[in-house]
Amino acid sequence: MTRLPAARLRRLAAAGAAAAVALSLTACAASERDEGDGAQSGGTMTFGAAGAPDLFDPFYASDGETFRVTRQMFEGLVGIEPGGTELQPELATRWEPSEDGLTWTFTLREGVTFHDGTPFDADAVCANFQRMFNQTGAGQSQALSYYWTQSFGGFADGATPSLYESCTAQDPGTAVIELTRSTGEFPGLLALDSFYMQSPAALERYNANDVRAQGDGFVYSEYAREHPTGTGPFRFAGYDEANGSVELARYDDYWGEQAELSRLIFQVIPDETARRQALEAGEIDGYDLPNPADWQTLRDNGFNLQIRDPFNILYLGITQKNNPALADLRVRQALAHAIDRETLVSATLPDGAEVARNFYPDTVDGWTQDVVEYQHDPQRARQQLAEAGQQNLTVDFHWPTEVTRPYMPDPQSIFGALREDLEAAGITVNPVSKPWNGGYIDDVESARAELFLLGWTGDLNSPNNFIGTFFSAPDSQFWTQASPWGQQLSDELQAADSEPDEQRRTAMYEELNRKLKAEYLPAVPISHSPPAIVVSEDVEGLVPSPLTKERFDTVSIGG
Amino acid sequence: MLRYTVRRFGQLILVVAALSVLLFAWLRSLPGGPVSALLGERATPESRAQLQAVLGLDRPVHVQYFQFLGRAASGDFGVSTGVQPGDDALSIFLQRFPATLELSLLAIVLAVAAGIPLGYVAARRRGGWLDNAGVVSSLVGVAVPVFFLAFLLKYVFAVELGMLPTSGRQNAGIDATRVTGFFVLDGLLTREWDASWDALKHLMLPALALSSIPFAVVFRITRAAVLDVLDEDYVRTAYSKGLTDTVIRGRHVLRNAMLPVVTIIGLQTGALLSGAVLTEKVFAFQGVGEALAIGFERRDYPVLQVVIIAAAMVYVLVNLIVDLSYAVIDPRVRT
Amino acid sequence: MLTSSRRQRIDDLAAGGGAPDAGVSLAVSAWRRLRRSPLFLVGAAIIGVFVVMALLAPWLAQHDPALRLLDDQVSRARNEIPPAQPGHPLGGDQQGRDLYSRMLLGSQQTLLVAVLATVIGLGGGLVLGTLAGAIGGWVDSVVMRLVDVMLSIPSLLLAVSVGALFARQTQFTVILAVAIVQIPIFARLLRGSMLAQRASDHVLAARALGVRRRAIVFRHMLPNSLGPVVVQSTLVLAIAIIDAAALSFLGLGAADDSVPEWGQMLGRAQDVIDSHPQLAFWPAGAIITVALGFTLVGESLRDALDPKNRR
Repeated sequence: MTRLPAARLRRLAAAGAAAAVALSLTACAASERDEGDGAQSGGTMTFGAAGAPDLFDPFYASDGETFRVTRQMFEGLVGIEPGGTELQPELATRWEPSEDGLTWTFTLREGVTFHDGTPFDADAVCANFQRMFNQTGAGQSQALSYYWTQSFGGFADGATPSLYESCTAQDPGTAVIELTRSTGEFPGLLALDSFYMQSPAALERYNANDVRAQGDGFVYSEYAREHPTGTGPFRFAGYDEANGSVELARYDDYWGEQAELSRLIFQVIPDETARRQALEAGEIDGYDLPNPADWQTLRDNGFNLQIRDPFNILYLGITQKNNPALADLRVRQALAHAIDRETLVSATLPDGAEVARNFYPDTVDGWTQDVVEYQHDPQRARQQLAEAGQQNLTVDFHWPTEVTRPYMPDPQSIFGALREDLEAAGITVNPVSKPWNGGYIDDVESARAELFLLGWTGDLNSPNNFIGTFFSAPDSQFWTQASPWGQQLSDELQAADSEPDEQRRTAMYEELNRKLKAEYLPAVPISHSPPAIVVSEDVEGLVPSPLTKERFDTVSIGG
Repeated sequence: MLRYTVRRFGQLILVVAALSVLLFAWLRSLPGGPVSALLGERATPESRAQLQAVLGLDRPVHVQYFQFLGRAASGDFGVSTGVQPGDDALSIFLQRFPATLELSLLAIVLAVAAGIPLGYVAARRRGGWLDNAGVVSSLVGVAVPVFFLAFLLKYVFAVELGMLPTSGRQNAGIDATRVTGFFVLDGLLTREWDASWDALKHLMLPALALSSIPFAVVFRITRAAVLDVLDEDYVRTAYSKGLTDTVIRGRHVLRNAMLPVVTIIGLQTGALLSGAVLTEKVFAFQGVGEALAIGFERRDYPVLQVVIIAAAMVYVLVNLIVDLSYAVIDPRVRT
Repeated sequence: MLTSSRRQRIDDLAAGGGAPDAGVSLAVSAWRRLRRSPLFLVGAAIIGVFVVMALLAPWLAQHDPALRLLDDQVSRARNEIPPAQPGHPLGGDQQGRDLYSRMLLGSQQTLLVAVLATVIGLGGGLVLGTLAGAIGGWVDSVVMRLVDVMLSIPSLLLAVSVGALFARQTQFTVILAVAIVQIPIFARLLRGSMLAQRASDHVLAARALGVRRRAIVFRHMLPNSLGPVVVQSTLVLAIAIIDAAALSFLGLGAADDSVPEWGQMLGRAQDVIDSHPQLAFWPAGAIITVALGFTLVGESLRDALDPKNRR
């Protein structure tokens, strides 16, 4: 690597023909930067975003780029401790379940106002829940109310059963929420961004529920485009679409400690390399999910790279539908023995990545050390294939292009390594690659793949958010219904989630994790990869969150 | 003349109609689709089917096409699902087109500013070192992949030297008023000089990268045209009449050589649009090209439809104008 | 993308080839001029080296380009890519494969992309252009409208659309995407050239003598259109290589990279270009050199065949 120091290159350029221009431009850039740094109170932070936010009404959103923005403006009844995954009070100071886990009483924080000046009270809480529960038409589509349908199920029309029963404002400071059944995910799921509290007055005034399908897409409400109103430390200041930048301003009547920054800008830079270079050139102050290949370079160049605890899972997916051999447990165990996960993790995954024992990371309830481990053992794999009569096993192995995921930073090299391992165990691998949105997801989700690479980043600290999402439906990507235990697994997951007693629930999940590895093995868990976030060295107070739920109110930008 | 114009416009409409049909069918036959892009790894078979139905993607393609036509007749070209979800596809094009136009215009200005004088000098000193250097550089300029040139320029001038910004159209920290969507022009109109200057700085590198091919073409055409004109009788006559070099240069040579050059500039539109896709991606420049790249990645049918058809119309229209101006000059074309 | 001024240039070229009768003498005098042209000689030398390299690559390369020989020196976490070392003069790539061998063998695929894309583009153009130019009438109208539609889409967009159409991206889909863009250009070129000749003296004479239409097309008109076609083909060889690289850059290159191709190598090097520039510079340098070679030859041919220069 021959990199001239910037200063030296600058001198070289000054000596060149373009000296005059070069100098004036550099001087200009420098002066601009100085102004930004030495700002009066608080200053401005510009954060690079990989994509444009879809809209600013978190209820209808489900993507990280949107939530990154709305998270600064909105808050939930329940929050997540900074830097961790445990619950902590946010807009509710206390909550109390009834014996059967169906009735939850929330004591609300006092003196909280929305950005439009209206008070936050029990009526506002219930108005929010009623609004979510009473969605109609396009608002019920999973593309919009994804998190509601995932967590609460159905809506007021009763077409699908709903977890939500009612909300009552006992007094201005107390809201009571009733559920139709007990679930281990409540109240944790209230920490999901989609269920953050919004100003009922603003929702009403700007027709927040006015979403509709038009042509091939969805049209959002005026509220979602221009008037998001929450209780958070920042308020919406504008979205300059032509320039791809969202601007937030400090909310001066925030109930807690005021934000350090007076302005917070999100600048969209879709290209990964361009984001890094913008940071290096000082045009942005930070960005999320730097490419692991750049981690060391960024550190070497003096940037503050923070690695979060991994809260995701990469697995080798197996579809039992198309290749009858894969419905045989011995064959799936052979696959698990064939792959060398230790080498894969150390060679192709970033620093801090771990081999996965369970289908979720160890910070989640019910994780257990006590599961069967399939050591890398090609001999054993061959033997098991022989026992199953599958010495000449041929599999289609699907892998995606045009995508990186925090759990899967470089699909091609992960695939390459796994392929070699499988072939070393005598399995013939038929590679099938498609673009992520160009057929890969289609194939996997309609169970057309045989082997595939996929994973998941957790939304909340709940086992159901991982294994429930993966294995609840017997006709999912794994097609577990091809095996006699497919429905049973589904029932066991349901039973564990419905158990109101925390200790019993944990025990049930531990048992499930053991069975998933030893008896079912519907997929092979591979790894947990830590995602990173990087900021320039004058940014202070950023607390990385394993759930990637960073709030920027504690951040300050110095000179 | 009128008949010729009418006929050409008729052809334009035919081309656009044919293109819209082909494009519509084509996009929908691509593997994957907006449903995958919208739901990602969080989909279930039911949620996919439901979304297909909500978006009307479960209907036969020809039914979808006629529905699209029906809505298009009332000015509704669909809503973006991936580039700027929820936004009207046409307004996305209208918002981003000024960016690409601004970029292309600056690229042309750079190409012309360098290409015409160099081409002229090269022709006057035919065979000299400057001529040879010009010819070789114009050939190399064509052989370098645009995106690689863009990378190099960005790396040297933005990342290492820090002279110019690495990406985007304008520093988000600058308070700029939007009037026309042309950021440089907006700054001038509203007297926000810093906004205008900042936007211009953001334009420099991508425009430079984009200008490599137009420069090569303009240089070569100018050189050839000047060589032709220098050979013409009237120029020889002018010399023999003892007119000074400056007069001949201004009055005869350059003016007559300009005609083919102007034509070529008009015809560069298509190449510029292609180059813009690559350049805008490298510089994260919020133009039409970037919308196309993201649109393909996320299978945003409405945006792809509008942008490709609009780009084709711009291209065909520019060609039409060039042809019409030809027809005015050369009556033989009108038949 | 030399396709720049497309229609204009295509038609100019076509008109240039319209000079009939002069077939042999034109070729002879063209060759005479070419031999003296330094640009042509340099271009021809580059192409010569390139072709020899592609032919001898299997013997010159010391390693299998798909083998991860230097696997143990690769670390994504520390952004380590094997540097140059004994036995591996250029070091390894992101997956620990020998870069020198990949560069050498990459020349084969790159040559294949260039030649196949040109042949397919030319073949398609030949069929359409001959149909339109030779038959005329409604066939001409239909074919040329189709060609106009294709020409109305900026070339890269067309290539991207074609490239995205295939479920699995392979080297062949890249070739096809690049080639399809060239079909309308060749078609228009051939048609223009044939139209110019339809009215020419020797065709009129042949017709008067009662020669059948097919014979006129294949014996007289096609051969005389060859000049501009040869020029355009040479230029397309360069365009194909550059366009294939652009497709890779946009993520539409062949997904399987066990068989190396320069454009694909360059496209994949973009995210490590700052820290490991050699991964980009070798393929980029090779692409630029070879594209320059074809362009030099193409442009010299054009000059040499231009009747205006025959003095």
